[in-house]
Amino acid sequence: MASLITCPHCGRRPREEFSIRGDAVPERPAPAASEEAWHAYVYLRENPRGKIREYWHHVAGCRRWLVVERDNLTHEVFAVTDARDMANGGAA
Amino acid sequence: MRYSALSILRHALSGNRGWKPAWREPQPKPHYDVIIVGGGGHGLSTAYYLAKEFGIKNIAVLEKGYIGSGNVGRNTTIVRSNYLLEGNIPFYEFSLKLWEGLEADLNYNAMVSQRGVMMLAHSDGQRDAFARRGNAMRMHGVDAELLDREDLQKMMPYLNYDHARFPIKAGLLQKRGGTARHDAVAWGYARGADSHGVDIIQHCEVSAIRRDDKGRVTGVETSKGFIGCNKLALATAGHSSETARMADLRLPIETHVLQAFVSEGIKPVIDNVIVYGGGHFYISQSDKGGLVFGADIDYYSSYAQRGNLAIVESTMEEGVSLIPGLSRLRVLRSWGGVMDMSMDGSPIIDRTPIENLYLNAGWCYGGFKATPASGFCFAHLIARNEPHHVARALRLDRFERGYAVDEAGKGPQPNIH
Ligand SMILES: Cc1cc2nc3c(=O)[nH]c(=O)nc-3n(C[C@H](O)[C@H](O)[C@H](O)COP(=O)(O)OP(=O)(O)OC[C@H]3O[C@@H](n4cnc5c(N)ncnc54)[C@H](O)[C@@H]3O)c2cc1C
Ligand SMILES: [Zn+2]
Repeated sequence: MASLITCPHCGRRPREEFSIRGDAVPERPAPAASEEAWHAYVYLRENPRGKIREYWHHVAGCRRWLVVERDNLTHEVFAVTDARDMANGGAA
Repeated sequence: MRYSALSILRHALSGNRGWKPAWREPQPKPHYDVIIVGGGGHGLSTAYYLAKEFGIKNIAVLEKGYIGSGNVGRNTTIVRSNYLLEGNIPFYEFSLKLWEGLEADLNYNAMVSQRGVMMLAHSDGQRDAFARRGNAMRMHGVDAELLDREDLQKMMPYLNYDHARFPIKAGLLQKRGGTARHDAVAWGYARGADSHGVDIIQHCEVSAIRRDDKGRVTGVETSKGFIGCNKLALATAGHSSETARMADLRLPIETHVLQAFVSEGIKPVIDNVIVYGGGHFYISQSDKGGLVFGADIDYYSSYAQRGNLAIVESTMEEGVSLIPGLSRLRVLRSWGGVMDMSMDGSPIIDRTPIENLYLNAGWCYGGFKATPASGFCFAHLIARNEPHHVARALRLDRFERGYAVDEAGKGPQPNIH
């Protein structure tokens, strides 16, 4: 259930402790990238039904940014990774 | 068959055995001038106005479930036009005017009830913001009244006026706002469209969009086989990204679930629609006596038509903090609906970069009130290939052009609009 998230630092915590930013898939373009690239990054979303990656912020816990991989139809959670580890090519 | 008091009497005398179904259940034809995907409020009203006002006759509405199974039958039925921005006010006011004549136009009792929508302010800043909004409305000829605390205490004595954190300071009232019976709106438009020859095809899911070698749309693959068309119109609220993807389009939309609740029935107590400005809570009383209410979306993206318990709890907390007496009531039912949350909280009624493909999407949790105008303006666009003047700000390319219509000034994050 997406009502309970296992934070890699704090363990299983209720959803109320988190603030959700949204899609974690788009990658920030270089500052001088084209307007089209920036428009796509800021505004356009795949928004698939099924498996997604989302940024969650553990505001009422360790205050780390996390990447939650889950299914947005069944609410099954597959993995929760610290966003820094994810950016460094860590887990998943 | 025309409905009237006389027809009710006549059918009662013959044991009510002569009523006919309100619309046909046709098999799809091989080809239509216009196919509308999605038999929610917007798809059905589009079909109705296309046939009635714009003279297009050969139309089908394809619905994957049954009529009324989507958001049109899941919302909290609030109808209003108390918006702030230039791009929105004339559109929603056009919609409210259509609501005012809807039942006569459709010959169907949609239970449109102009009981007034009251938005409460809980700080001086919020009061000023409502004064500004009221003025913007009045400049467009829309009714708005700013009431003070004493006026409110007379109208709504049961509110918690002296809440420590969110005392009630003022209220912005739109008397012409109110509610409508959501299912009846779907059924009324379905019956109206059918009577103008529209084929309403239920249990027909669109799975792909077929295009020719020049990229033009030529028809759709469905669970009932291929159906050809000259023009294809998407009105698949909540699933717009999924249907647009069938034509390789990516939209400025994320899908989220919103929950709604109804209490046990009680004697009349809440005469109007009340919107709590301390949080985000809205409540009205149905004609059966149940209190109908809702609050925020669940915040994480969801295609599941059910929500999480954290929001159930915070909705109840908001309700009780505004109306302490609610704590004595039992909640009977709750449910969820999945909606397109757009990047500026405003909808899209536009052509797409693909020839013959038209898009109606991004209604967030405010699209029920828009049902008549959305259908009318979408029909105008499909029939004439140019936007209706009240919907011309609701373009798909407004983000890249720098013309977002962001009522709340929140920026490009769908879950906070
Ligand atoms: C809980 C809740 C409360 C709300 N409260 C209010 C309110 O008080 N006031 C207000 O103005 N708005 C409110 N809204 C918003 C409003 O309900 C929606 O914006 C509006 O109903 C969306 O338009 P629709 O009626 O056409 O959507 P829907 O009824 O959802 O229609 C879309 C249809 O498309 C169909 N579809 C999807 N994919 C396919 C496919 N591939 N093939 C065929 N068919 C497909 C779906 O089955 C669905 O029937 C609320 C929404 C919710 C969920
Ligand atoms: Zn943590």
